[in-house]
Amino acid sequence: MPLTIGCAARPGKARRNLTGSWRVFRPVFRPEECTKCGLCATVCPEGCVIETEEGTFIPDYDYCKGCGLCAEECPAKAIEMVQEEK
Amino acid sequence: MMQVEGKCELFEAGHRACAGCGPALAARLILKAAGENTIVVASTGCMEVFSTPYPETAWGVPWIHSLFENAAAVASGIEAAIKQQGRSEKVICVCGDGATFDIGMLCISGAFERNHDITYICYDNEAYMNTGIQRSGATPLDASTTTSPAGKCSLGNKRPKKDLPRILAAHGAPYVATASISYPADFVKKVERAINTPGACYIQVHAPCCTGWGFDPGQTIAIGKLAIETGLWVNYEMVDGVVAKAKKVRRKPVEEYLKAQKRFQHLFKPTPKTEEIAKIQAMADANATAYNIDIKLKQERQ
Repeated sequence: MPLTIGCAARPGKARRNLTGSWRVFRPVFRPEECTKCGLCATVCPEGCVIETEEGTFIPDYDYCKGCGLCAEECPAKAIEMVQEEK
Repeated sequence: MMQVEGKCELFEAGHRACAGCGPALAARLILKAAGENTIVVASTGCMEVFSTPYPETAWGVPWIHSLFENAAAVASGIEAAIKQQGRSEKVICVCGDGATFDIGMLCISGAFERNHDITYICYDNEAYMNTGIQRSGATPLDASTTTSPAGKCSLGNKRPKKDLPRILAAHGAPYVATASISYPADFVKKVERAINTPGACYIQVHAPCCTGWGFDPGQTIAIGKLAIETGLWVNYEMVDGVVAKAKKVRRKPVEEYLKAQKRFQHLFKPTPKTEEIAKIQAMADANATAYNIDIKLKQERQ
């Protein structure tokens, strides 16, 4: 991080911190089984589940920490957690 | 697939909360309800640390942190200045249970007694989680924390949870409510109502902490639901000191809630501590009577 006079850093946004690297399990969304209720987007602590134009949802893997709340809460069981391979 | 553009969250991704964090979800829902025209005052705590590591911020609204104990005092000052300048921003305090129940009590009592037009929201994860799970005034009976460890000579925290909503209602607060992140729509509605009620309003939101309580990150919502379904947490609204509405449930035995968490494991292993579990069940029963939360079927009523 470049420091300025007085060692004060420039203000920034948390968005530049890509928390997706923390993930151990990856949520895989199956849009064909989605009922478009939007609960996954509501319960995501990161707010990184995004609505698509079709009304279904996709996760932003740049930020998803893989907590599995969306998969656990999905009433249609249309989200599956699979082990991340890096 | 095309993404819907222009739907930016006010509480942004990229914050450093643990995966499955209850308070992070609470912060998102608070800003969803409050909107842009808001000033957030934070106390020291998990949320302050994970959302604003220097020099970054996850908040899309003006945000200020001063000390552990004085969020309510800072908010009082901001509210008075805004009123003087004829501005329309709403002032919200977002503080943890340690800052609310223990350290900030003096300033909160002052702000509520002066009846500043602020909304004070306590995200209650039932211990000081940021510094490594020390007990607070909000820690429930028999929970094991690092300062109330369960062992041969101890069954965990010795004292029940402080009843802070009633203390603040006794200050004459026009609107006091408890909520849970497991019921997001209800929580959002309560925040909206508190913000639009003139005077000092208080909301206490149950926010399960997977790290401190010891459960799988994917279970955060389920644990919060169990707390309500066992009667150990009651979602209610108090208007001018009178309980106006409480969420009714078909109650489950408290063991279901306790067994799911590591902090209560000593109540079941090596031998079940029936006497202690009965004490906790009695607290749930007392809640059920006090708030009338039991759903009774027609045959049971007769």
